[in-house]
Amino acid sequence: MLTKRIIPCLDVRNGRVVKGVNFEGLRDVDDPVTLARFYNDSGADELVFYDITASFEGRPLFADALKRVAAEVFIPLTVGGSINTLDDFDRVLKCGADKVSVNSGAIRNPSLIEEAAKRYGDQCVVLSMDIKRVNGSFHVFAKGGREDTGLDAIQWVKYGADHGAGEVVVNSIDTDGVRGGFDLPMLTAIGDAVSLPLIASGGAGTREHFVTLFQLPRVDAGLAASIFHSREVDIRELKAYLAENGVPMRL
Amino acid sequence: MIAIVDYGVGNLYSLHCSLKHIGAESVVTREESVLRAAEKIILPGVGAFGDAAAKLHALKLDGLLQALAAQGKPLMGVCLGMQLLFDEGLEYGTHQGLGLIPGQVIPLAPEAQGRKVPHMGWNSLDILKPEDPLMAGIPQGAYVYYVHSYYATQCDEALVATSAYGAKVAGVVRRGSVCGTQFHPEKSGEVGLAILASFAKGGV
Repeated sequence: MLTKRIIPCLDVRNGRVVKGVNFEGLRDVDDPVTLARFYNDSGADELVFYDITASFEGRPLFADALKRVAAEVFIPLTVGGSINTLDDFDRVLKCGADKVSVNSGAIRNPSLIEEAAKRYGDQCVVLSMDIKRVNGSFHVFAKGGREDTGLDAIQWVKYGADHGAGEVVVNSIDTDGVRGGFDLPMLTAIGDAVSLPLIASGGAGTREHFVTLFQLPRVDAGLAASIFHSREVDIRELKAYLAENGVPMRL
Repeated sequence: MIAIVDYGVGNLYSLHCSLKHIGAESVVTREESVLRAAEKIILPGVGAFGDAAAKLHALKLDGLLQALAAQGKPLMGVCLGMQLLFDEGLEYGTHQGLGLIPGQVIPLAPEAQGRKVPHMGWNSLDILKPEDPLMAGIPQGAYVYYVHSYYATQCDEALVATSAYGAKVAGVVRRGSVCGTQFHPEKSGEVGLAILASFAKGGV
């Protein structure tokens, strides 16, 4: 039976993990390899690395970190952040990424989705969307959620599915950081629009939120960052709890 | 030494790293002399069947792999590499495979009972032939990581393990010294590493 997936997301700047990582008992918690190994040992089903390096100089540091992770951690790795061209796909795939998520880069240049899918296969192209309600409809935002593109999220995800995206990440700006639970209406709307694997992001605060999330049959995975990094929710305990509640899990 | 066939398709870095991790030496190559000298061969691959088959042909690797398999050299296909072991694939037209295992690769039926295509994620193995060397130490129901939209059919004799995804997906197959996994062992955690180790270090 295909399981639901739990995916921690790590933000990386200049080759180091940043943002609210607060682990006891781990030396050098900012090292991507240390954290990747920890999450792998905790039963994470995949890892997402987000390159938030603002400068060009940070790229080689990210590549090096990714290579070191891929040499030691043998579960799927997705890379996002600053993916604007096929060369960017090439750059991270060569370092051991399995999937590449596109966001602002695809909004600026929608043909990137199709070009990447043709060269690397649909399974490699993840369409990541930052979505917020505007006047009663779902708008896609760019630049890390700061800019309303005016794009309708339903139209955009359908475009992505038709042009070779193999998976979709829905990050709800409305619920992100609030820790009041995932954005179930938004996830339902996107899930009904396309038949691609769907990853939910934004709003996780407790393990109960994941139980509720997976009651939506069209959601395949839950992604979170801070609650895992802060150790408020332990992935192994979370997965056991979900299994007890009837959610198929790899334990 | 294990040769990983480099024909311009797929993530060879992870495969190489995973073999290194389990203590198996490997080389990424498309050189005939290296492939002939290798003790065992892994045929990886992601992407489309037709493209990949055409690339193998253009590099004259199809005939070479067929000849080496006929000599009994252990050959393991991974993901699209496994699909290429079969007679033919129906992805964007009909394309000839290597014909090393009888069977046909066809599309997963889209979304009949809420199933999505691609079949992506961790699925459990139903092991039909626990005595197969690749399954040594692998418990019934072990989870492995799949990403694919096509699957092998009409290959019942070759089935070693399957996974349920609407259809019975051929997960592990074997015919003599030719074997393959539809899932990615190099991305399937400890279970995948154990399967790779069985191939790398086992008798066949």
